[in-house]
Amino acid sequence: MGSSLIDKIWAVHRVGQRGDGRDLVYIDRHVLHDLHAGHAFASLQRNGRGVRRPDLTVSVPDHTIATRRMPGSPGRSGSSFADSMRSGSARFGITMLDIDDPRQGIVHVVSPELGIALPGVTLACPDSHASTVGAIGTLAFACGTSELEHVLATQVIAIHKPKLMLLRLDGTLKAGVTAKDVALHLIGQIGVAAGRGFAIEFAGSAVRAMDIDGRLALSNLTSEFGGRTSIVAPDDATFQWCHGRECAPKGAAWDAAVSWWRTLTSDDDAAFDRMVTIDCSELAPQMTWGTDPSQVAAIDGRVPDPGTFEGKARSAADRALAYMDLQPGRPLAGLPIDRVFIGSCANSRISDLRAVAKFVDGRRVSPGVTAVVVPGSTAIKRMAEAEGIAKVLQEAGFEWRDSGCSMCAGVNGDIAKPGERCISTTNRNFENRQGAGVRTHLASPLTAAAAALAGRIVDHRKAAE
Amino acid sequence: MEPFTTLEGVAASLPQDDVDTDQILPTPWLRDPKADLAKGLFGYLRRVPADKTESDFVLEQPAFRQARILVCGSNFGCGSSREHAVWAVKAFGIRCLIAASFADIFRENCLRNGVLAIRLPAEEIEGLHRAVQSVKGGAPFVVNLEEKRIRCPDGRAIAFDISDHEREALMLGLDDIGLTERHVSDIEQWENTSRRSLPFLQDFRIAPFNTSNKPSQ
Repeated sequence: MGSSLIDKIWAVHRVGQRGDGRDLVYIDRHVLHDLHAGHAFASLQRNGRGVRRPDLTVSVPDHTIATRRMPGSPGRSGSSFADSMRSGSARFGITMLDIDDPRQGIVHVVSPELGIALPGVTLACPDSHASTVGAIGTLAFACGTSELEHVLATQVIAIHKPKLMLLRLDGTLKAGVTAKDVALHLIGQIGVAAGRGFAIEFAGSAVRAMDIDGRLALSNLTSEFGGRTSIVAPDDATFQWCHGRECAPKGAAWDAAVSWWRTLTSDDDAAFDRMVTIDCSELAPQMTWGTDPSQVAAIDGRVPDPGTFEGKARSAADRALAYMDLQPGRPLAGLPIDRVFIGSCANSRISDLRAVAKFVDGRRVSPGVTAVVVPGSTAIKRMAEAEGIAKVLQEAGFEWRDSGCSMCAGVNGDIAKPGERCISTTNRNFENRQGAGVRTHLASPLTAAAAALAGRIVDHRKAAE
Repeated sequence: MEPFTTLEGVAASLPQDDVDTDQILPTPWLRDPKADLAKGLFGYLRRVPADKTESDFVLEQPAFRQARILVCGSNFGCGSSREHAVWAVKAFGIRCLIAASFADIFRENCLRNGVLAIRLPAEEIEGLHRAVQSVKGGAPFVVNLEEKRIRCPDGRAIAFDISDHEREALMLGLDDIGLTERHVSDIEQWENTSRRSLPFLQDFRIAPFNTSNKPSQ
């Protein structure tokens, strides 16, 4: 029997087996963010341990830092979390891409952008969206703070090998349908717990046809169906995208890496514990109506009747509609909105911003709507400014901020007001996620931009005319 | 890590499925390094936001304020990997969670903090919810990890499964990093082998800011 892509990377990185039956898997790259690094540094120090491989570790502040500059302030303001990350990184000899570093950004955006994440590489990050970089063939492990400390101390992760799922997404996407729509539809189909216990390989013609930014958005939402890691087999598009990045191998080392990367595909007879195939050719843009990412409908669809669900799904839908202040059966289109957030590790990349700017092109944000764009990295921000994207968006009335997680998690204080309805390009629509009582609808950047201009939910395919 | 052997105490029932870690420990308690995590546990559910009315959330009811055991639905702890969610459970005084299933990262976080996360088949969970709800906090449940048994106040016992290794780690309060440190020579050997076979994996450098942040090459 053949091996899957995940089997192959696992086998290369398996150091051995621990006495308790867990595999020890070597971590090639360890990326930290500010919300959890300080805790782990303090705990290491308390226990008299050091960092085994500070040279393979990178600190990136993103969760707690300000995205808006204070009037009169020359630079960006940090936070006590960023301070702890800074002092710990200095103490243990870890390079930090600090708030004034032009390479700073959201950790899952920066890792592939700088070539920290690469095909065939294992990566750990103390964040559930670590699997984002699976899009370029990195085997990434999302972990908690204790596991973060474990990787710092030992450079391996102790883990039972998960079951394998092959998730095939087939078909040609219609115009105006994006990777984000595919991801939301997928979660609606398989549910928020389908990926629990699995490592997932995305395959199929729809995935192959996506550009790397699209694949990154797709892999990003793995956590939203319960998966801890996901991957896309690297191909020529991946190699081209990775080539020349700051930390990517150069010269002969690059050639050697590519020849290994070309072997990183699942064999035809590889075994999977579960296979799911979803046809995406008839898909419309998607939007969530509820308070978990599986509660999703087509943008031209209606809010469902909870009576059509069974058992606990019914009470969950009742509860969601009450929180979201929605009536069963009403169309999603036409709902007035208060706020639009374009950003996060799901959708804040240059291609997202280009698409939004092209759509906005000379039109204005609806009066009364607060629309905010937070680029995924400082490099993306500068690129967008150089391309004139920032100007288009600012003239339309969007706020143009510094990069960070911002209103996705709201840990830095970027939140909406109670009762506000927010169209968000992020990955979580949980109750109170974007602020107490805030009603979040997840969607693609195009759908979010269209809502910002219209002041209500609209199908961007119709609104573009 | 504090060893877990036997736990006797009030059990509370929270049958909702897919309770995410944003509900278990909401952001306001996450973003304050000095926050009282015991107060933050289910913070929004216990204190209805933007409204001063009293919450009827189970852990706010006087009979359950001393709960040590929480019986949950399925996929408990999904969403954000924040370990603070487990710290908050523990800070409140709950050392044992019983659910039809737990999200992967959340369960790992429980194990590493000495919180026993028991998985039971859906039918048994339903029965346990009924038992917990009928007792109304008036009599204790006992969780015996060595015997892998939950004893209800009416004397009924429910057996549960947990791997011998996880049980031992919890009962002895084993240091997880210490277990891996016994394999340090394997790790060194892997690094040496990998330097020859796939050099770019070990050959990683990222320049600090100021010395070289110009694009390389």
